[in-house]
Amino acid sequence: MLTAVLALLSLDRYVGTDFFTNDFGGNPMMYVNLIWIWGHPEVYILILPAFGIFSEVTSTFSGKRLFGYTSMVYATVVITILSYLVWLHHFFTMGSGASVNSFFGITTMIISIPTGAKMFNWLFTMYSGRIRFELPMMWTVAFMLTFVIGGMTGVLLAVPPADFVLHNSLFLVAHFHNVIIGGVLFGLFAGIGYWFPKAFGFRLDPFWGKLSFWFWVVGFYFAFMPLYVLGLMGVTRRLRVFDDPSLQIWFMIAAFGALLIFLGIISFLVQIAVSILKREQLRDVTGDPWNARTLEWATSSPPPDYNFAFTPVIHDNDAWWDMKRRFYQRPLTGFKPIHMPSNTGTGVILAGLSTTFAVGMIWYVWWLAGLSFIALIAVAIGHTFNYHRDYHIPAGEVVRAENARTRLIGAGVKP
Amino acid sequence: MTINVNPAQASEPVFYLVDEHDHAEGGSTMLGFWIYLMSDCLIFAMLFATYGVLGGNYAAGPAPKDLFDLPLVAVNTSMLLLSSITYGFAMLSMERSRIAATQFWLAITGLFGLAFVGIELSEFHHMIHEGATPQRSAFLSSFFTLVGTHGLHVSFGLVWLTTLMVQVWRHGLIEANKRRLMCLSMFWHFLDVVWIGVFTFVYLLGMLR
Repeated sequence: MLTAVLALLSLDRYVGTDFFTNDFGGNPMMYVNLIWIWGHPEVYILILPAFGIFSEVTSTFSGKRLFGYTSMVYATVVITILSYLVWLHHFFTMGSGASVNSFFGITTMIISIPTGAKMFNWLFTMYSGRIRFELPMMWTVAFMLTFVIGGMTGVLLAVPPADFVLHNSLFLVAHFHNVIIGGVLFGLFAGIGYWFPKAFGFRLDPFWGKLSFWFWVVGFYFAFMPLYVLGLMGVTRRLRVFDDPSLQIWFMIAAFGALLIFLGIISFLVQIAVSILKREQLRDVTGDPWNARTLEWATSSPPPDYNFAFTPVIHDNDAWWDMKRRFYQRPLTGFKPIHMPSNTGTGVILAGLSTTFAVGMIWYVWWLAGLSFIALIAVAIGHTFNYHRDYHIPAGEVVRAENARTRLIGAGVKP
Repeated sequence: MTINVNPAQASEPVFYLVDEHDHAEGGSTMLGFWIYLMSDCLIFAMLFATYGVLGGNYAAGPAPKDLFDLPLVAVNTSMLLLSSITYGFAMLSMERSRIAATQFWLAITGLFGLAFVGIELSEFHHMIHEGATPQRSAFLSSFFTLVGTHGLHVSFGLVWLTTLMVQVWRHGLIEANKRRLMCLSMFWHFLDVVWIGVFTFVYLLGMLR
C-alpha cells in the first residue's frame, strides 16, 4: 500500500499527473487517506513485536508460564484486523460527516479492548510469581505503567468532538510519544537487554543499564507530561515561538525532561561500550543466563550456524522449561552432517542498487537511475541462474562445535 | 514422523530427533509466493480505489465514451484470456515431463502476452495523440496508472517467461524449474483475474457512465 501511494505521489511530482493536485480533478485528501490506510496498520507493526518481547520477558522473570496464551494470540489477531479499520481517526477534522467520524471513533475505541486484555494477561503472569527485577523486567514494568496512560489519552482522542479541539495540538504529540516511547522503545530496550547475551555471548552491564533506565523513564515523564497540559491549553505542534509567557514553565519542564532523556541515551551507549570492554566477566557460558523458558535458550550463546545439532521436539509452549524440569540431557555423541541453505549476497547487492536508484531519482541524476535500474533487473535475473542453494555442515565440524560447548559448560559456574 | 509421548509414562520423553527429517528444497516457496501475490493484490486494490474516487473527475476533458474502443479492448482481453489457457497447456505438458511441448506452449503464451502489451501500447499511443494524456485530468491519471501498472506486470511476466524458457532449455524440467513454472503460472493467472476487474470496472462501467 505504501508502494502504491508513493508511486502515485512520485507520478504527480515527476510526470505531472493529477492525483493529489488542487486542479484538473485531483484530490489532496486522497493522499491523506491513502497514506494513513498504510500508516495506521504500520504503528501496530511497530507495537506488536514489542508486545511479543514483553510476553517473553514477563513470563521468564516471573518464573511462570504466560497467562492466557491463547487469548494473547487472539488479541494480536484482532488488533491486526482492527488496525485496518481506524485510519480516519488521523483526520476527523477533514469533515467526512458525523456518521463516518462516529464509525472510526468507535472502531478506534474498540481496538483498546484486545490491548487491555493483553495488559491484564501480563499482570496475571506477574501475579504471585517469583519476580526478578533484572533490567528487561524493569523496562517491562515501566512500559505497563506508561503505555496505559498513553492508551487512555488515545481513547480520549478517539472521541471526534474532543479531537476537534485537540487535533494537531501538543496533546496529540504527547499521546503518540507516550505510546511509541513507552511501548515500542521500552520494548526494544527490554528486548536488547534480554537477547543480547544470546546474540553476542555476553550480558550487558547492569549498572549503566539501570542508570539509562532511570534517566529514560523519569526523563520521559518530565518531557511529555507537560505537553499534555500545553495541548489542553491550546498550543499547536511545530511552533518555533509561543507568545504566552504564562505557559513557559511547562516548556522549561519539558526541556529538562529532554536533558534527562539525553543522559539516558548517553548511558545506553556507555553501557554498550563498558559491556564490550568487560565481556570476559559478563560471558554467558551456559547459553541460558536468565533461567528462561523458551527454546532459543537451549542452545549456546551465540548459537552455532546450525542452531541445534538435532532438531528439537517440543511438548509445551515453554519447551526449554519443560526440558529442564524433566532432566533433559544434551546429546553428546552421534552427530550427523547438517543440511543448510547457502548464504548469498544477492539481497544486500539488490538493496545497494535500490538505494543507488533512489539517490538517482531524488537528485534527478537520470543516467544513474537508469543504470542502477537495469543493474537491479540484471542481478535479480542473474541470481535465478544459481541452482546451488544448499550445503551440508560436515559431522566433524558439528562434533568440534558441540565438544567446545561441553568444555565451556564444564568450565563455567552454574548461574 | 509421528511421536507419541504419553505424559503418564514420561520417563523417556523424546526431546530431539536423532534422524534429520527431509527439508524439501523450496518447500515454503508456494506460501511465500501466495503472500507476494496478496501484497501485489493490495497495490492493485489501492489503484482501483484511486480510480473509483477520481475516475469521474474529467476536468472538462475527454470522458471514457470519447476514448474507449470497446471492440479493440475485447480483442485485447481475448489475447490475455487465451494466453492463460495456453499457459495451462504448458503446465499439463510439464506434468507429463514433455520438454518440447512445454516450451512450445510457453512460446505461444509469450506471443499472446506480447500481442496484449502491443495492443495496449497502441491504444495508449492513440489516446495520447488525441490529447488524452495522463496529465490532462485525474480520471486519465488514474486510468493510465491502473491499466499501465497491469501492462507493466504483464511485461515483466514476459521477461520472466523468457528467462524460464532459457532455464528449461539448459536444465530440463528439474524440480526447481517446475516450481518456478508453477510460480509464474500463479502470477499469470493472477494478472488475468486483475484484468477481468479492469475490463469490468474501467472499460464496461466507463461506457455506462
